[in-house]
Amino acid sequence: VTISRRGLLGGIAAAAGAGGIGGYAAFAAASGSDGTAPASDVVDFHGDHQAGIVTPVQDRLHFAAFDLVDSASRNDLVRLLKEWTAAAERMTAGRDVGEHGAVSGPDDAPPEDTGEALDLPPSRLTLTIGFGPSLFDKRFGLSRLRPPALVDLPRFIGDTLDPARCGGDIAVQACSDDPQVAVHAIRNLARIGFGTTAVRYSQLGFGRTSSTSRDQATPRNLMGFKDGTRNLKLEDAAKLEQHLWVQPGDGPDWMTGGSYLVSRRIRMMIETWDRTSLAEQEAIIGRHKGSGAPLGKADEFDEIDFGIRDDAGEPRFTPEAHIRLAHPSTNGGAELLRRGYNFVDGSDGLGRLDAGLFFLAYQRDPRRQFIPVQRSLARSDVLNEYIRHNGSGIFACPPGIRAGSFWGETLFA
Amino acid sequence: MSVTRAVAVLLCLIGPVGLAGCADDEPASGDDGTSGTSGTGGTDSAAVAVSASDDECKLSRSEVKAGTNTFAVTNQGSKVTEFYVYAEGDRVMGEVENIGPGLKRDLIVELTAGRYQTACKPGMAGNGIRGDLTVTGEATAQVDTDTALKQATESYQRYVRSQATALEERTAEFVAAVKAGDVAKAKELFPVSRTYWERIEPVAESFGDLDPKIDARENDVEPGTEWTGFHRIEKALWIGNTTAGMSPYADRLMADVKTVVAKAKVVRLNPLQLANGAKELLDEVATTKITGEEDRYSHTDLWDFRANVEGSQAAVQALRPALQQRDPALVTTLDTRFAAVFTALEKYRSGDGFKPYLPTSAERRHLSSVVDALAEPVSKVAAVVARK
Repeated sequence: VTISRRGLLGGIAAAAGAGGIGGYAAFAAASGSDGTAPASDVVDFHGDHQAGIVTPVQDRLHFAAFDLVDSASRNDLVRLLKEWTAAAERMTAGRDVGEHGAVSGPDDAPPEDTGEALDLPPSRLTLTIGFGPSLFDKRFGLSRLRPPALVDLPRFIGDTLDPARCGGDIAVQACSDDPQVAVHAIRNLARIGFGTTAVRYSQLGFGRTSSTSRDQATPRNLMGFKDGTRNLKLEDAAKLEQHLWVQPGDGPDWMTGGSYLVSRRIRMMIETWDRTSLAEQEAIIGRHKGSGAPLGKADEFDEIDFGIRDDAGEPRFTPEAHIRLAHPSTNGGAELLRRGYNFVDGSDGLGRLDAGLFFLAYQRDPRRQFIPVQRSLARSDVLNEYIRHNGSGIFACPPGIRAGSFWGETLFA
Repeated sequence: MSVTRAVAVLLCLIGPVGLAGCADDEPASGDDGTSGTSGTGGTDSAAVAVSASDDECKLSRSEVKAGTNTFAVTNQGSKVTEFYVYAEGDRVMGEVENIGPGLKRDLIVELTAGRYQTACKPGMAGNGIRGDLTVTGEATAQVDTDTALKQATESYQRYVRSQATALEERTAEFVAAVKAGDVAKAKELFPVSRTYWERIEPVAESFGDLDPKIDARENDVEPGTEWTGFHRIEKALWIGNTTAGMSPYADRLMADVKTVVAKAKVVRLNPLQLANGAKELLDEVATTKITGEEDRYSHTDLWDFRANVEGSQAAVQALRPALQQRDPALVTTLDTRFAAVFTALEKYRSGDGFKPYLPTSAERRHLSSVVDALAEPVSKVAAVVARK
């Protein structure tokens, strides 16, 4: 029997004042928990689409890219995906990993679950998987199933990519309202994967920089601006079919109902940005910093008017304003579902913070969405003076699964 | 180089009306294209003879009358030299660049009564050989701040023009060496010609696609677009140790530099643009020079580094009289911090230039910290200038 985190929490709350490791098991047993958590705190792992895409964006991220080890076979890969699926089902439900979990196993064995999430609620944990182009090389017999939309991203002007922060056979995005719950999830998947897979790189994120629901306020990125005002939202059902989910006939059948993820680690030169005048910052972005309204407008959600002029008759928008370059009207109607996160990975050795945006965007076809938008931005965006793309990935995220099936099952059917 | 700044473009572009205005105001220039100003005061007929050598900077007299003064600079040394007249805080009142050995050039400059410094910079290096200059005459009443700001733009325009002239001349020498297949000479001239580019980079950058054509690094170029400019040739010189195949790129560079120079000479900047330009130059240092990504093959980054800071200082010092009236404490901070950056750079000097920039992480961090310390007060200049 394993301890549910929900059960633990209930037990602790009921018997406030008692403590110590010894106490935990007793409370859990006493609570008689069935492992369920309040609906609001658990995001269903199963469904037509993977969770963690239109799910209202959680506060924290732990993203990891994995490579299969040289000796891994196709059978090893399938076994890993099954084991990961089982672990993901438990963790997203607020339970610990394995038959015995964190503290109920044999004394002489290392615990199956690493334990740091034991007394934490599920915190809306979602785990979302994606397969990188390299998984479709000759190793696992998947070449003919590589979706044409899963292109190798082209080089964009100004890219300063670090190979150690790029690519990966498999990516897992863990999002949660509690950073420790997200880290726990990636840590335990990595542990299960030893011998078959190894972490290539991982990225922590905080302060979601987008909303995927109209119920969420638009958050701010580390430049201090509201980011993702015009994001695709889960309420826009028709648009999601048009821009987000792979439709029947789009590509290989196994991807129908899935989505393509592009990740970019974008370092921000926040120190030089901070020395830029408010007027220039707003001109570069194309929005007012306080309200998030488009230039010349009052409210964040007011329609953008790129032709608007100031009192002196001068255009408010430069041709290169960020929101103009990124706007669907500039990019053949391309829209993205963004769910990026801020990051600060310590400092850079030059007395500055290694800070920025870990950009995550889901879409139906990167060839028509991310790539043209990024081309336009890389070519002209004035923001490029203050940012560097130093990590990059593209992943095919399969459709959602039902109980009893496993991540990527359609790929191995 | 950096990606074109749309904002700078918007600020710097001048319409046909502005151009006409600039042309009308074109100051009298030295007969060889060097800078000067048209005089409104009395003219001191006898020129001050300046004898510049590799280790001396002798003026025929160190006292002149207020008004328009001419300095006839003869380079009797073996190195290319420059001559400057500075007001307090190294505010450039006038300068002539790129005086080759054996050449004579005139600096015509209007000076009001007060104490100044002169400097010859053989090898164009460092603070130069300094001397005192006294300008006698009735002390002029202190101008109001608006006048001071107007004078700032005129002063900085003179600076841009003289730098642009030198950029064209030195690039011509660099290009000639490349086309002659003289790898050693081309390597020697590469950082020298870039010095003039880097000093006025925000101005040059404001002319749309000329900046990427002249100064793009390899990763700045869009796939399918040809990589041209200084860094293309730099790679051939340092990685291939050759000029083979570079002739067409040298010709292109020369043509592009000539275009940018012609535009830079008539550009008219307002005080706010000066202030922003000073900040942008330090951003350039902070983001591309400190890291060593600018001159990744030649490692001549410190030449560019110093030139960016010099350009920033020229813009700030042009504004100095106005800043002095509005925020004297800021002026003191700026003086101290500019000096600290130049001091930090001297550690890397080698002859007239710099050692290859291959810093330890501690050295890199130190340079970064002095630049950040300077960039912060420089970023405050614009708001002081804009204050009503």
